[in-house]
Amino acid sequence: MLNYIIFILVVAGVYALLAQSLTLSWGLAGLVNLGLVGFFAIGAYASAMTTKWGGWPIPLGLLAATVLGLFTGFIVTISTLRLRDDYLAIVTLGFAEVVRLVASNEIWLTGGTDGIAGVPSMIPRAWGQGYHVTMLAIVSVLAIATCALVRHLAASPWGRALRAVREDQVVAAVAGKPVIRLKAQAFSIAAAIAALAGAIYGHYTSYVAPDIYQPLITIYVFLAVTAGGVGRPAGAFLGAYLLIGFLELTRFMAEIVPGVSPVQAAATREILVGLALILLLRLKPNGIMPERNQKAPPSTA
Amino acid sequence: MVSSIIQALLNGLVSGTILAVPAIGFTAIFAVLRYPNFAIGSLATIGAYAGWLANVRLGWPLEASFGLAFVGAGIATLAAEWLAVRPLEKSGALMMAICSLAVGIVLENIVRFAFGNEARGFNVPLMRDIRFGDLRMSPQQVENFAVALLLMALLWAALNLTRMGRAMRATADNPDLARLKGVQPGTVAAITVLVGGGLAGIGGMLVALDTAADPLTGFRLILSVFAAAVLGGLGSIPGAVLGALIIGMVEELTVLLLAPNYRTAIGFAVILIVLTVRPSGLFGERAG
Repeated sequence: MLNYIIFILVVAGVYALLAQSLTLSWGLAGLVNLGLVGFFAIGAYASAMTTKWGGWPIPLGLLAATVLGLFTGFIVTISTLRLRDDYLAIVTLGFAEVVRLVASNEIWLTGGTDGIAGVPSMIPRAWGQGYHVTMLAIVSVLAIATCALVRHLAASPWGRALRAVREDQVVAAVAGKPVIRLKAQAFSIAAAIAALAGAIYGHYTSYVAPDIYQPLITIYVFLAVTAGGVGRPAGAFLGAYLLIGFLELTRFMAEIVPGVSPVQAAATREILVGLALILLLRLKPNGIMPERNQKAPPSTA
Repeated sequence: MVSSIIQALLNGLVSGTILAVPAIGFTAIFAVLRYPNFAIGSLATIGAYAGWLANVRLGWPLEASFGLAFVGAGIATLAAEWLAVRPLEKSGALMMAICSLAVGIVLENIVRFAFGNEARGFNVPLMRDIRFGDLRMSPQQVENFAVALLLMALLWAALNLTRMGRAMRATADNPDLARLKGVQPGTVAAITVLVGGGLAGIGGMLVALDTAADPLTGFRLILSVFAAAVLGGLGSIPGAVLGALIIGMVEELTVLLLAPNYRTAIGFAVILIVLTVRPSGLFGERAG
């Protein structure tokens, strides 16, 4: 039981990282990344391949994942940032599918649908429970640090400019803000965070395969961020833990209902996740911790 | 080699015409309601299952089954629009798009809950392929092609010859002006959603007739649908038709060169190229 709790807390930490990624791109910059899971997958593969097959040390693998996430994030935005935001939504949705397609079919590169088993772990698995506890510490510290980083970015002049772009691009451009560059930076950094989360998750579970990276993961992160507070890093952090609590609760509920097949139980959970997102968008779109407006400095005139 | 290229173009013509049906649905909803409805894949799946239910469980002929696919998916789309998406109108198109994605997850899993993950085949007789020299087509393909063409002809007539059709086009063109001219925006939106969703449903059934219905039937279609709509110009119905034909043929041609599994990736490549080179697509409005 304790191991189970530690395990889901590590998973929650990984989702907290993903939630920070979405807070930066969607919450602060208004850029909807419906392909979050694609960047998550890219990071997982980059780190798993370099460390397992390339023999790189794990910190280098994590770095490779982050850099590749940054780079692909930039590539994905190039064609769409000048366009209306719904085009970015379409492109990112397609991007995640193409990542899964390439991962399933380029067997020479990714191991195909079998995936990569035995991804090296960050600390020896032989430690048993100590392994999981240490990983929990690492993931939690990383999630908190990322949350602090995003908070810092949000409060910086760069973050203020980003929110100005989110509220009104034309006004931001007239005020001399480099709109396209700001959007590209925010989206790419967010993609890098998602890739780092994927790398860590891959090392923790020691297994990377196309089937893990379902579009549903993106919906989970949207649910976490909406529940916690769009545009509020601490809210997104909290939202990730609430999400995992909700998911585990629905798992238990689906198991105790009699006469329901495993497929039906899984379908019920996904229906509940979708309904929760629809209801939150409708009833509490600002989440538990709404974004705080920064006060304007007192006028000197 | 030449005959395999002609065969691929022929296959592409058929699959592109079928693809045009859900692509028209997607682009029409965008034209009138101004948001991309990401539930379109699940709506196609619902159509596929409604058609399957009518054809296999109730023993209806295919023609009548198409009717149930249209009505079933259309009503599901309208219900989702009224219950989930439209209340978010004031929050903007992006929120509506995200909400439609959540709607898609819910609908797909309702289908999964009711019917499981097994593939469900339609009750169609096995027939020999029709041959012309080296070229071949299955009678089912010919029938699907005819159904898609007939549907487009009906839609063209409805949009151009009826009052409601003209009101729909006017609203897509300029909602404020249309309202001034006495067009009821609510009615136009409701009919667009009903017809757009219904078309997605028939599209799903057409695809399922060729293979089988399963909970991901529609999801596998969405990249091609988006690509057809973006290539034609989001919101343009003639654009979606032409876009779908081009996507269908390019997909079939690339199967000659690449692994068939990459068929759906072609759509994504086309989207990236169109958005970089000519974001308004073939017939679209400005996309900036």
